[in-house]
Amino acid sequence: MNSVGKYFSDIFYGIKSLWKGLMVTGYYFVHPGTIVTQQYPENRKELKMFDRFKGEVILQHDENNFHTCNGCGICQLNCPNGSLEIITDSVTNEDGKSERIIDKHIYHLSMCTFCGLCIKACPSNSLAWGQEFEHAVFNREALTKILNQPGSLIKKTPKEPKAPKPVVTDTVPTSNPAN
Amino acid sequence: MPFNIYDFSGTTKAVDQFLYSTMSPTWAFVVELAIVGIIILLVYAVVGLYLVYAERKVCAFMQNRVGPNRVGKWGLIQTIADLIKLLMKELVVIRKADQLLFNIAPFILIIASFMAIAAIPFAKGLQAVDFNIGVFYMMAVSSIGVIGTLLAGWSSNSKYSLIGAIRSGAQVVSYELSVGLSLLAVVIFSGSMQLSVIIESQANGWWIFKGHIPAIIAFVMFLVASTAEINRGPFDLAEAESELTAGFHTEYSGIRFAFFFLGEYMNMFIVASLAATVFLGGWMPLHIGNLAGFNHVMDFIPPIVWYFGKTVFIIYVIMWFKWTFPRLRIDQLLTLEWKYLLPINLVNILVIAFIVLMGWYIK
Ligand code: SF4
Ligand code: SF4
Repeated sequence: MNSVGKYFSDIFYGIKSLWKGLMVTGYYFVHPGTIVTQQYPENRKELKMFDRFKGEVILQHDENNFHTCNGCGICQLNCPNGSLEIITDSVTNEDGKSERIIDKHIYHLSMCTFCGLCIKACPSNSLAWGQEFEHAVFNREALTKILNQPGSLIKKTPKEPKAPKPVVTDTVPTSNPAN
Repeated sequence: MPFNIYDFSGTTKAVDQFLYSTMSPTWAFVVELAIVGIIILLVYAVVGLYLVYAERKVCAFMQNRVGPNRVGKWGLIQTIADLIKLLMKELVVIRKADQLLFNIAPFILIIASFMAIAAIPFAKGLQAVDFNIGVFYMMAVSSIGVIGTLLAGWSSNSKYSLIGAIRSGAQVVSYELSVGLSLLAVVIFSGSMQLSVIIESQANGWWIFKGHIPAIIAFVMFLVASTAEINRGPFDLAEAESELTAGFHTEYSGIRFAFFFLGEYMNMFIVASLAATVFLGGWMPLHIGNLAGFNHVMDFIPPIVWYFGKTVFIIYVIMWFKWTFPRLRIDQLLTLEWKYLLPINLVNILVIAFIVLMGWYIK
């Protein structure tokens, strides 16, 4: 008897859950407002890309055309595809010392795989993802960009007093000194 | 030439008489065959292409998308453009395939659905052949299609195709039973297998209303079983894009692939028209008993509109199934048929026979 009851309850449970599914798709079908597709060329004016969208690598500049890149070249070393080329220059600063500044921060968009390693690696957080995505050009050269804007300068932050070194105690044994 | 949107039999008779009066009977017969063939071919192409379009739109709306909307207004000529593209594609020759079978398989599929269309009553007097065993003929002819599927899978000499074809064979053999039994329900009610008689018997109400709950059960069974028979989702194990790439038509390209594609959609159309004809009255307008006023108002809508309305509704339901339910596994598929559909159908037939015997349905 129990198995007969199970047979019929299976049928009704099955129909109920199928009906639930049908209702979901049926609701979407009659409610065009639920469409999430963006009509791209038409909505070009108001289209805003999302914060995490990876359009291209940019060097951040503030409103006074200052950036924070000191030309250390770490991004170039970290790029797996050789998409970045750092060309530095040296100038004499007001203390009379020679100082390294960035001359050209060259970015080959055509070779970039948007892995983001350069952005992660930059010690001064100068790089970021730009939201521009219309990169189609007729000439490949146009995809090679110079990221530092003409006339831009490095932003000097007043030197902060060095933080005291953390005290290392030998009492806590490290689990794996090899790492 | 008399032309009446409510009754095409006058028009067809006039054409017939005109042909026989102008040429010898043999030629008149040949010309008639050609006319019917060309009309069916056109209907076939247009309906097939627009079903593909409809499917893409329906599926898009159900998935919160827009669907084709660039080629023509609302993308209306998208599928025509696709067909032109497919026509221009290379027909890849599979070296290890059985060339003869490989080449004729799509035609078998197409011919099967083509033959089925011949018996569909589109409107009053608009039916190529009116067999006295119409229901039986439709079932027999539509199951020829699976031979095309099996041949395609076997002759392509590819593991995916073969698995797809074998699955499709197992599926059609089992679901054919349920399709037949659920159609039998209405055959018992109306006492005839002739499609035109079945339609006439629904002049005072469709069988789905007149036959009480057993008719509704038979209708649902027919929808489920025929969805399985035409290899559509959620029963599309023969194609199963995600596991078998495309099942039996993996190796096909260009226009041969398009034939399989069109054939699938035409089979859906045929199944939907059969369901509309048998359960929902075909071209018969909605009549309720002998409410003369209401029936008269309904008669103003031409039968061909009724026919296409009902068919489109059933096609929509079949598409709704496909884009809602996940695909079944082969064992679940067979369990559904042999443990659920078939026993329920048999009991249903018994109940219907009893109801008809006692005269408990609405006559
Ligand atoms: S995102 Fe990756 S590939 Fe592109 S420039 Fe940065 S490190 Fe190189
Ligand atoms: S962008 Fe960052 S990592 Fe690259 S050179 Fe400038 S400071 Fe160094």
